[in-house]
Amino acid sequence: MEILLIIALPLLGAGLPLLTERFGRNICAISAALGPALSLILILQYIPALLQHQMFFLHQPWVPQLGLDFSLRLDGLGMIFALMILVIGLLVILYARYYISNKDSLGRLYALLQLFMMAMLGIVLADNLLLLVVFWELTSLMSFLLIGYWSHSTEARKGARMALAITGAGGLSLLAGALILGQIVGSYNLDMILNSSALIQSHGLYPVVLILILIGAFTKSAQFPFYFWLPHAMAAPTPASAYLHSATMVKAGVFLLARLYPALSGSDLWFYLVTFTGLTTLVFGAYNALFKHDLKGLLAYSTISHLGLITMLFGFSSDLATIAALFHIINHATFKASLFMAAGIIDHETGTRDMRRIFGLARFMPVTATVAMVSASAMAGVPLLNGFLSKEMFFSETLKLDQLGNFSYIFPLLATFAGIFAVAYSYRFIHDVFFNGEPNKDLPIYPPHEAPLYMILPMAVLGLLCLALGTMPNLLVSPLLHAAAYAVLGTDIPRYHLAIWHGFNLPLLMSFVALGGGLLLYYQRKGLFAFYERGYRVDQKVVFEKRIQRLVRLAQRCTDAVENGSLQRSVAVIITATLVMAAIEFWPLGNILGEIPLTPIDGISVIMASIMIVAAVVTVSSHHNRYAALLALSAVGLVVSLAFVRFSAPDLALTQISVEVVTIILLMLALFFLPQLTPYESSWRRAIRDMVLAGGAGIAVGLFTLAILTRPYDTGLADFFIANSVSGGGGTNVVNVILVDFRGFDTFGEITVLAIAGLGVFLVLQGLELSVPRTDRHGRQWTRDPYPIIITVLSRMFFPLALMVSVFIFLRGHNQPGGGFIAGLITAIALILQYICSGTDWVRQRLPVDYGRMSVVGILVAVFTGMGSWLFGYPFLTTTFTHLHLPLVGDIELASAMVFDIGVYVTVVGATLLMLSQLGNLAQTIDPQAETDPDFTSEESR
Amino acid sequence: MNHGILAPIVLPLITAILLILLSGRRSLIRSISLLSATASLGICVWLLMQASDGQIRLYAPGNWQPPFGILLVLDRLSALMLLVTAVLAFFSIAYAVRGHDAPGDKLHAMVHFLLVGVNGAFLTGDLFNLFVFFEILLISSYGLLLHGRGVERARSGLHYVIVNLIGSALFLMGVSALYGITGSLNMADLGDKMAKLDPADAPLAATAGILLLVVFGLKAAMAPFYFWLPRAYAAASAPVAAMFAIMTKVGIYAIIRVYTQIFGENAETLANFAWWWLWPIALVTLVMGLLGALSARELRVQIAYLVIVSVGTLLAGIALNREAGLAASLYYLIHSTMICGAMFLLADLILRQRGELLDHIGEGPRLRQSALLGVLFFIAAVAVAGLPPFSGFIGKLLLLNAAGVQADAVVLWIIVLAGSLTTLIALSRSGSMIFWQTTDQVESAPAADKGALLAVIGLLGCVMVVTFAAGPILDYTFKAAQQLREPGVYLQAMQQFRVR
Repeated sequence: MEILLIIALPLLGAGLPLLTERFGRNICAISAALGPALSLILILQYIPALLQHQMFFLHQPWVPQLGLDFSLRLDGLGMIFALMILVIGLLVILYARYYISNKDSLGRLYALLQLFMMAMLGIVLADNLLLLVVFWELTSLMSFLLIGYWSHSTEARKGARMALAITGAGGLSLLAGALILGQIVGSYNLDMILNSSALIQSHGLYPVVLILILIGAFTKSAQFPFYFWLPHAMAAPTPASAYLHSATMVKAGVFLLARLYPALSGSDLWFYLVTFTGLTTLVFGAYNALFKHDLKGLLAYSTISHLGLITMLFGFSSDLATIAALFHIINHATFKASLFMAAGIIDHETGTRDMRRIFGLARFMPVTATVAMVSASAMAGVPLLNGFLSKEMFFSETLKLDQLGNFSYIFPLLATFAGIFAVAYSYRFIHDVFFNGEPNKDLPIYPPHEAPLYMILPMAVLGLLCLALGTMPNLLVSPLLHAAAYAVLGTDIPRYHLAIWHGFNLPLLMSFVALGGGLLLYYQRKGLFAFYERGYRVDQKVVFEKRIQRLVRLAQRCTDAVENGSLQRSVAVIITATLVMAAIEFWPLGNILGEIPLTPIDGISVIMASIMIVAAVVTVSSHHNRYAALLALSAVGLVVSLAFVRFSAPDLALTQISVEVVTIILLMLALFFLPQLTPYESSWRRAIRDMVLAGGAGIAVGLFTLAILTRPYDTGLADFFIANSVSGGGGTNVVNVILVDFRGFDTFGEITVLAIAGLGVFLVLQGLELSVPRTDRHGRQWTRDPYPIIITVLSRMFFPLALMVSVFIFLRGHNQPGGGFIAGLITAIALILQYICSGTDWVRQRLPVDYGRMSVVGILVAVFTGMGSWLFGYPFLTTTFTHLHLPLVGDIELASAMVFDIGVYVTVVGATLLMLSQLGNLAQTIDPQAETDPDFTSEESR
Repeated sequence: MNHGILAPIVLPLITAILLILLSGRRSLIRSISLLSATASLGICVWLLMQASDGQIRLYAPGNWQPPFGILLVLDRLSALMLLVTAVLAFFSIAYAVRGHDAPGDKLHAMVHFLLVGVNGAFLTGDLFNLFVFFEILLISSYGLLLHGRGVERARSGLHYVIVNLIGSALFLMGVSALYGITGSLNMADLGDKMAKLDPADAPLAATAGILLLVVFGLKAAMAPFYFWLPRAYAAASAPVAAMFAIMTKVGIYAIIRVYTQIFGENAETLANFAWWWLWPIALVTLVMGLLGALSARELRVQIAYLVIVSVGTLLAGIALNREAGLAASLYYLIHSTMICGAMFLLADLILRQRGELLDHIGEGPRLRQSALLGVLFFIAAVAVAGLPPFSGFIGKLLLLNAAGVQADAVVLWIIVLAGSLTTLIALSRSGSMIFWQTTDQVESAPAADKGALLAVIGLLGCVMVVTFAAGPILDYTFKAAQQLREPGVYLQAMQQFRVR
């Protein structure tokens, strides 16, 4: 459980500095250090056992279905990384306390640093490969926020985005590799993976896995060609750079190489990929570092180069090389963190990091100068410092390679070449900044002075560490290194000896060549700089941003081309796609006609069909004149209802005809507000496309229907309804019994739809103000006499008759054609007639009903009827019926379905009239133009 | 008799009716609306607990023996969908009651009507009844979408309405064709009939099936039927857009239900014919959604395209036609519903502090609560991009794991992983422009309402729960997937079911 705390403490501590920020910087810093310090104490307790090669595990299932478990392991490798992360982390916290100015939020930086620390600790302590990936991506995300800390600067924003994109992409590649690796091994548990080397490397997918995982490691460790995000990440505040780019973020990549070393290394592919990537990066980084004028830029490229060195060592796949790599990881972290801090101090005290402007600072800040000289010498590989030791090991390893046969000498040669440049840029860091004349008076801050003690302290601690590790390696670092090497290499660790003096040998010679050559190179720098400046340099950030912009523009072009907001376009796509898909499925049906013979053609059918066809054609061809199209459309509807009559479906015919009437009236009311003519807009090409689509869809539906209707089907359902209509539903009208009983639940839903539709119209039109057209399209005034007296009188006479008809239709519904739905429509039509003939106000005065409420009350009646059956222990909407014998009237059948039907009736009336009255209200909105015409206004409001 | 199955339909219906009857009493309406959403949440948890025993519970409104009457079915899948809906609805309504339900007071009623339709669609075991509930949810969504003013809202609303009317027409055709071929509407019975279908008639049934696929695809917003979605969602008011996060899932649900139940394993010649279509469609949907997200000029449009991306991901998992793929999709469905809902609400909070610039992606005024909203946006963006440690990551891992390492899965691997990266780039662009690339803040910018913030945080909290409780949730979705892939068990349950 304590291992979990190592990770959890920085996470828990992340909130503290945000809370304590208001109490001052010291308290804020102390609270920020609390979590990491406790973690460090925890891990120190484990060290004695870890040095005895013990391992500690924690296992907590998370997503067992995936093999993703919250498993942690603490071994030697994890230990040295965790120590680096925590120790340098604490030093950075101290350093940042003085570095961050008052106008930036210190608490935010601390919170982010701790979250980042948590993610890094997670990587090095994960015992499950997927969990490692989880933390891996978290470091990318947190570094995005850290690099973008100074969000007002465009450099920071772009640098952050670039780092996120590159390392995020690498993380996804790693994820893919990890997933495949897990599928090969059958587990994501690290023990299982590390012990399955033979299985993995003999698998056909091994190259894929290796390349994917290496892309992950190389992007994170800024290896060539993925290095370019790192120099731009220098836009981060220096404490963050010191932390991320010395000890943590970039070390995650080489950590991964070390972690998976037992499973993946040893193959030729590994050797070539890793060694040559490392070698290229080593040389490339060292060469470029020398020419960077920005202090942090120099350090960034030097980091790239050193990471290349470490990577290359892992590529060698020899035990000693691996030990050297681990050792150099520690050494690089110490001197590089120290140097970043020095760069930060210089920036802080002079206001610039440009080496062309700062000289001779040694006089002004002697302590900083001394420490920086020690650290830079370690970076250069000067004897007595830790960098020298690991570099010697590196040189001697390069001499042992024989994979390239006669060409193997290129390894030591290029290594020495990189060494020369490393010395040169290290020397430049010292000489340019601290000596080389007097500081310019035009520095942003002049005269510079020494930084506060506690800002120097963390840097000095690390500088001293370089010295101590360099002089007393066996005392200080050997046991730790041994434990780490044991974790990577297993039991058989070769004998090796960390010593300053190995006698006169080739590696020593290489070191001296590098030292001498480096100094020489530095003094020849003028010509070199000019040479470098002449070369074609591209700003990777600009290139990257341009690429992203191009990608975005490409995406915009694609998206706009596909989805341009045109309704016509999207309907055309839908219909085309449907036609194609349906045709492909329909095609295998050889014979369209089935076994049922076609009914003979008779005169009436022919006439009806012809009317429908003609009316449909007229509708389409006259659609520019909306009223004409509407009238033609109503003819189609009327013939459909006649067709229902012809095929013995009187219920449907009644429904259809009343729906038709209501629809047409509502449509006419709505069209009143629209232009009566639609302009001719479509091109010929469009018109042809539409004709083809419409024709195709029509023919397809026709053929499909024909094919289905000429084939027999299982009539079990229909037979059941007919057989049970009277006995079970208590009605002889099967259609009505289906509606209110067998499938009453559907009707229940449909009346809900109707009521919502009414409310929807209300919502859309509520508060809408439209100008009322005063003339028709020929410029003729609409009549000023809206309510002709004859129609008004007649309509009022009709009203009670219509109501009676609707009651009649309602009551007979259960046994003969009729029912609540039709009755409701008839009542609605009768009321609509009153609205049209006598005006909204007249009806409203006499019938003060809120139709919105009315429509939902109808549903409520239906719901309560349905729930009524619960009382008798039956499911929702179970019907019951009884026969009542009344004197005089005779036998009356009472069915609970009738109450349900009343609900239907009420909803239909309410919803229909809600729509109508809303449309009617629209006509009441006052036209601003009409105010000049008092007659018109008074007519309207009458 | 367990009338509780009916509660997710009847409770919101009665609530909606009550809210209409109470028109004009705004504060009372808000309280009742929230109360009902809370109660729904409780009921759906209870139903889920019942369903998790693996038994299929049936309810026959009207008390007619299936397949003659209509049947409601509560199985693991429907219980899960109900709960997801209830959670989303609760937070959307919680957001709306904090003054985001203007104009008028009908929004709450419409949301509850919408819930009637959505819940009904999840519960019904009858194809025509599914149509009816689709109509309920569609017609309420029309009202919700057109609710309020604005040219853009009216334009995109009209687009949405017309496209969906086409969908309804196709749905009707598909259902009547299936009835014409088999004489049945009950889904389990239809599956049984498909198994016994004369192979010569199979193309007819397949055509009907493909019409239904188009219909559900329209709802789910799969390619090439998604054009209505981006503008409609972007123009909708925040709680409505958040609520609509479940709408595409209704389409997905219908696809799962119909093509496992009717055209599933047992359907002889027609078995699994839909997956053949669905696989390329899913991949195209993913790509188009990603391009859209990258190209978006407004944050809400970007989120809308991310909804389409999630649809592609879900369909890919379903089209794998494996238990693991289906289970992965169901898990991802929970995640994507919550996170998309949260993002729409969050976008609304953000745009309220940007003055006239609203959610346009570009340099703009500094947000009044830049830090707080920034943290929320960051978390949401990480989750929606499918990066660790949140549920989107787990969902994508599950999907890739289910796809395996065969040759045909390579495309999916590439698209899903490149998709995560694209989403990441797109969101880091919009996020850094909105939160980092800023000028002075708008003087009159209001601070976000605490309740509304809580609603957003609550939804994000749900994402965390889905992340950390991934084990038990996956346990459930795997069992749900298993249940779906054994349509015979359901058929048997129905055949043994006896009405009173």
